[in-house]
Amino acid sequence: MRVLVAMSGGVDSSVATALLRDQGHEVTGVTMKLWGGDSDTGCCSVAEVDDARRVAQQLGIDHHVFNFGDEFDAKVVQPYVAAHARGDTPNPCVECNRHIKFDKLFLRAQVLGFDAVATGHHARVVTTEEGRRIGRGADTTKDQSYVLYMLDQDKLGRLLLPVGDLRKEEVRALAGRLALRTASKPDSQDVCFITKRRGRASFLGERIELHRGRLVDGAGAQVGSVDTIELVTVGQRKGLGLGGLGEPRFAVEVDVPSRTVTIGSRDELSCQGIELTELCWAGAAYEGPVMAQCSAHGSSRPGRLVGSTLTWDTAHPRVAPGQSVVFYQGDTVLGGGLAVRNLAGLRVR
Amino acid sequence: MVAYLDNAATTPMRPEAVEAMLPFLTEDFGNPSGSHPSARRARRAVDEAREAMAQVCGCEPGEIVFTSGGTEADNHAVFGIVERRGGSVVCSAVEHHAVLEPVEALGGRVVPVDEHGVIDLDALAAALDDSVTLVSVMLANNEVGTIQPLSEIAEIVRRRAPDAAFHSDAVQALTWLDVAGLCSPVDLLSLSAHKFGGPKGVGLLMVRSGVEPAPRLLGGGQERERRSGTHNVAGIVAMSVAAQSALRERTEVVRRVGRLRDRLADGLRLVPDAIETGVPLRDGVPDRSGKITGNCHFCFPGIEAEALLFLLEESGIHASAASACTSGAQDPSHVLAAMGVPRRAAKGSLRLSLGRETTDVDVELALEAVPAAVERLRMFR
Repeated sequence: MRVLVAMSGGVDSSVATALLRDQGHEVTGVTMKLWGGDSDTGCCSVAEVDDARRVAQQLGIDHHVFNFGDEFDAKVVQPYVAAHARGDTPNPCVECNRHIKFDKLFLRAQVLGFDAVATGHHARVVTTEEGRRIGRGADTTKDQSYVLYMLDQDKLGRLLLPVGDLRKEEVRALAGRLALRTASKPDSQDVCFITKRRGRASFLGERIELHRGRLVDGAGAQVGSVDTIELVTVGQRKGLGLGGLGEPRFAVEVDVPSRTVTIGSRDELSCQGIELTELCWAGAAYEGPVMAQCSAHGSSRPGRLVGSTLTWDTAHPRVAPGQSVVFYQGDTVLGGGLAVRNLAGLRVR
Repeated sequence: MVAYLDNAATTPMRPEAVEAMLPFLTEDFGNPSGSHPSARRARRAVDEAREAMAQVCGCEPGEIVFTSGGTEADNHAVFGIVERRGGSVVCSAVEHHAVLEPVEALGGRVVPVDEHGVIDLDALAAALDDSVTLVSVMLANNEVGTIQPLSEIAEIVRRRAPDAAFHSDAVQALTWLDVAGLCSPVDLLSLSAHKFGGPKGVGLLMVRSGVEPAPRLLGGGQERERRSGTHNVAGIVAMSVAAQSALRERTEVVRRVGRLRDRLADGLRLVPDAIETGVPLRDGVPDRSGKITGNCHFCFPGIEAEALLFLLEESGIHASAASACTSGAQDPSHVLAAMGVPRRAAKGSLRLSLGRETTDVDVELALEAVPAAVERLRMFR
């Protein structure tokens, strides 16, 4: 097969490339240039492109750079900023997968005559009786199936995930054996377009007006304040200036228009369900019992999905609006959606 | 089958230039600043190359400062003049980044161009005043090939900013234009060897006597204290050989390649919605006299240059879109933006740059591959 491998400059995609080459595929590497601004690691810096190109050279395959900066800005960065402005908690890596890697890049690959696209995600494409699905990676501590929930049958049919059957230490060992320069690179984790040094507040502050917020308890009495309400996340406990005595308190609701963060106990944080939007499915739309996971490395919890409403079997902490909720059946991904609002928790306000 | 149509990026070296380098990489390896026989042989070679390049540039040998290439020469001119004289700098909006970045770093003014990439002379006049100490306008543009009217510009500079030095980046020009003649009104002139059949890593800044930009590299005092650093003897010698060959063959090359370029461009105009950049129509006929002969630049709205280049590479066409950034990705072209080309069209840009070795076969290959690739890419829209 002619395979286009998305090489981020990290060890996983480096090894994915090597494995595909050794399986006899006709492999071309590509690194996407997505972000022109500052970056600590990211998929976009010149240093990452250098690493990816050097690995491609070592493996004897062609390497290209595609500049998807316009699309990244329009589909990832601007929505990220707009979501924070609303008080939501966006996941830009999910949106990058949805709009850039598994849309823009897939289309480009198709146009250029590639049969498949490969990435270095720790996940698997598995075939069930109902069709293809994303399955959890063999290395459960590195499993990335959560960020791949938006893939449909067509895309799953053209996707290869060569390192999904490997544990991370096996990936590193393979990279070491091939003497790839990325063998001992640390994992990248943070949002690629935000630097540690300058942080989210300064990134957002250059793009939107940020506001102070009042912290109020369930009765509406002010108990404190935060510098930037746009950076408060539902479920957040640290950084609210509420440490110290008594039971832990959490942000349970963020309302930017009224500049108010409602604070509550662990009980007050919990809720019965979530209203979702932008549902997408590997195959047919589904209703019924599911295991639902609300963060990339969280665990899944049982619930029941009817329409776009997920009801938890037992009370569950509120999910920050904007986060992805991903539905699993066993170890495979049915689909997922974005949290809009939490339902029927303790009535606050 | 490969058609190399990226001569604006770099050219294949002339065999006689390669040949001329070899003695200075082997037996005559001496440092020309030294005093023993091997050093003296190297010194003589550099002196002769300097005389040859002075003829090429239309200046005195003492007015040639050898550099590591065009970028160093451009930086030397801009920063060097400002360091010496203070004041402010002005350049056109379509300059190479090697001029644009220094000018922007100094907070200089950038003068707009018209739809064909020619500097707006009224805007230039308006941008100039007594505070301006350097004006930089390229002879020929690297992306779209547009030739700037240097003598008219020089007149405006003398009138509006009498104390300003006039610099021109002529890096793209030597194969195609009478650089010595066209640049006679300039005070500073940049050239780069690898654009005309010489090696990479060597170039020059012509500095008319009395202009004197401050040196950027301090050290052993080579190049009359204007540019320290041991001479790239082999590179300098090869540059002079390549430049003399280019000059000798120029008329013939321009005639031959001009026919090929016109055939190529006329053919590509038949692609639906194709825009030939920098080329006005006169009586319904494309007039390409305003650009250098080697340049053939098109925009195909609705496609993406990276995808086009990928398909062309598969067909054996080696070309480029705009100037590639350090990562190898295609960045949006500041030149096309300055010419007012809409972003959608600019995203589908293709530069086919011909050279002295371009053949009919290359043009035929491109005339088959480009329309087919554009059509294929448009099928997916």
